[in-house]
Amino acid sequence: MLRVEGIHKSFEDFKAVSGANLTVEAGQLVAVIGPNGAGKTTLFNLITGQLKPDKGKIIFNDEDISKLPPYEICRKGIARSFQIANIFPRLSVFRNVQVSVLSQQRKSVRFFRPARTLAVEETQKILEDVGLSDKADATAGSLAHGDQRTLEIAIALGNKPDLLVLDEPTAGMSAEETAATMELIRRLAESQGLTILFCEHDMEVVFNVAESIMVMHQGITIIQRGPDEVRNSARVQECYLGGA
Amino acid sequence: MSKGIFSLKSFGPAAIVIALVILPSIIPRFYIYILAVIFVTALLAMSLNMVVGHGGMFQFHHGAFYGVGAYTVALMLTKTSLPMWVGFVAAPFVAAFVGLLIGLFCVRLSRLYFGMLQIALGSLIWAIAFRWYSFTGGDDGIHGIPLPSLISSTTGAYYFGLILLIISLIVIYLIFKSPFGATLQAIRDNPERCEAIGINVRRHQLIAIVIATFFAGIAGVLFVVVEGSVFPDLLFWVFSLEIFVMCLLGGWFTFAGPILGAAIMISLRTFVGIYTEYWTLILGIMLILLIFFLPEGVWGYLAEKFGFQRKKLLEKERQ
Repeated sequence: MLRVEGIHKSFEDFKAVSGANLTVEAGQLVAVIGPNGAGKTTLFNLITGQLKPDKGKIIFNDEDISKLPPYEICRKGIARSFQIANIFPRLSVFRNVQVSVLSQQRKSVRFFRPARTLAVEETQKILEDVGLSDKADATAGSLAHGDQRTLEIAIALGNKPDLLVLDEPTAGMSAEETAATMELIRRLAESQGLTILFCEHDMEVVFNVAESIMVMHQGITIIQRGPDEVRNSARVQECYLGGA
Repeated sequence: MSKGIFSLKSFGPAAIVIALVILPSIIPRFYIYILAVIFVTALLAMSLNMVVGHGGMFQFHHGAFYGVGAYTVALMLTKTSLPMWVGFVAAPFVAAFVGLLIGLFCVRLSRLYFGMLQIALGSLIWAIAFRWYSFTGGDDGIHGIPLPSLISSTTGAYYFGLILLIISLIVIYLIFKSPFGATLQAIRDNPERCEAIGINVRRHQLIAIVIATFFAGIAGVLFVVVEGSVFPDLLFWVFSLEIFVMCLLGGWFTFAGPILGAAIMISLRTFVGIYTEYWTLILGIMLILLIFFLPEGVWGYLAEKFGFQRKKLLEKERQ
């Protein structure tokens, strides 16, 4: 479904990503791991178009998307969440998700029908799925951090993506919230047949959930295999797990 | 509960409209004129707020489009023999077209740079109006513009302004509540996120600018009707900042705030201006107090205090 081939990205003299490869098959739950500064976020920004690669290809459903702007990549079927809660703080929780659903339905440029009558069912369904329906009327900016992160995933779901890209969905969460979020991600992958690509710090979380793991180090892909193989790989232990 | 809010919501504006329809028969002509000026300015501030408050763009030179609208109608009424209505109809479209041209350049830049470029481009238009004596009358402006007899009296202008203001407000309100308006507010809150959910942010912003400048053009037409003249000050960037301040003063994240802001500014200028030339001193003090005590603007404060805005998350839910 998604293939990243030898992608490079430098900022001035700093090589953030220099030779990353990644394959995501339809229906898979794929994790990218690597220490801080490994280039995980940069890689995700390249996939969803916030950044343009210097070199390399990003093939999504047999099409090179590496030169498209973010909104067109989204329309091809890739939705994402961000590492820092990236929501619409002044809008209601409901409206946050609704805006995304409206965009997916190509209704963003309609003028003379009240927005509150459009895309209501779809929005409510998503809020139910992620467990935010009781806070639908709250101002998004007033939510607790964990809820904002969940809302972020809900916004991405509003685009009905084929591929959901989550940049450290549990960053800054308590152990409890982390478990709940991972459970939510697993449930979404199962119940909606979503293909999910995410990156993560917490090793245990990744090995429990992911079907395929890509390890990055200093901008380079070390390996992409199933969890067991990655755990036993000498090279991964050497440069990432520190022999632990 | 929701029914109570609904009836309150429609009762308030209805009462105000009825009062405004009756007022001219009981108040002196001077006050009719002041109210008409407030209508013009309120529409102008509302149109600016579509891009500033709802769209989050630094539209620093909105007066340019207001002036283009006013000059268009003034020039067409004085320099051509076309039927009068042509000038009235053409003005908003000319303003929107200029808005499109300037917007095309501005939406490529973000935030402050957007505003700076707009001041630069808008000042070019001001320079044309200010310098081209043979065409625009230069710094003298154009006076004694012939108007249809129905709207040439103060009361006629008042009702003309009131009707256009109400129609415009209804349309702006519909847009505010539409999917387009919702998306625009989302762009204001977080343009990066909007790109990532499949929204063409620049195109959306550009459409908003064109719509807003169209309404600024209507306000320009109203200005000509109320004053019977135009002058280059309308296009000067300092005046544009005044409109900006009206939005902040009234509450730029609210729908009706700019109307209140415009009313406050015009009243201050008129009534404090009688006593002192330095009425802006009072305005300055008010703005300082505003920043400290009412950061959401006057309307934003009232809305929160009397609860006719979306309820914040309940305290106990936060814990």
